[in-house]
Amino acid sequence: MNKSELIEALAEEMHVPLRDASSAVTTILDAMGDALANGESIEIRGFGSFVVKEYDSYFGRNPKTGEKIKVKPKKLPFFKVGKELKERVNESAD
Amino acid sequence: MKRSNLTRKELAQTINEKMGFSQRSAGEMVDAVFDALKKTLLQGEAIKIVQFGTFTVRKKSSRVGRNPRTGETMEISKRHMVSFRPSKVVRENLNKE
Repeated sequence: MNKSELIEALAEEMHVPLRDASSAVTTILDAMGDALANGESIEIRGFGSFVVKEYDSYFGRNPKTGEKIKVKPKKLPFFKVGKELKERVNESAD
Repeated sequence: MKRSNLTRKELAQTINEKMGFSQRSAGEMVDAVFDALKKTLLQGEAIKIVQFGTFTVRKKSSRVGRNPRTGETMEISKRHMVSFRPSKVVRENLNKE
């Protein structure tokens, strides 16, 4: 699924014009992207949560050349899937 | 700095302010978006949102693991899990400064 398919699904489900569905989806994704970019967390009940983790700088190696390099401190967002969704995804496995 | 937490409520508020939908229908819009995302993942399908990131359903095969508390060996059955990779834009914005 990509963004335009998400917009179509929303328009169909809510019986709204594509234009409205499109601006709703864009608004939501922008707000979520901005929150993560600012290091904020996101918590959507029934879906999951996003938390930004901070890493100190460390010495790593270039896996190709074996050269030792200093990795700068960085932040990365992590997604934790909600309990119910996690279980249901797993059940739908087989 | 206070760490804020974005939830359904704030998303609905933003839609209400930006688009003029009532609080109630804005809330329903937010729910419908996440329901659509959930439905997709439950079908085992990936979600690729260019500026935000990618959700994939990964199949993990069964393996032998240990209970870290008791040290007891046990088989971890095969399972499906959702993983998320943030987009390059999000990763770069987060580390800008």
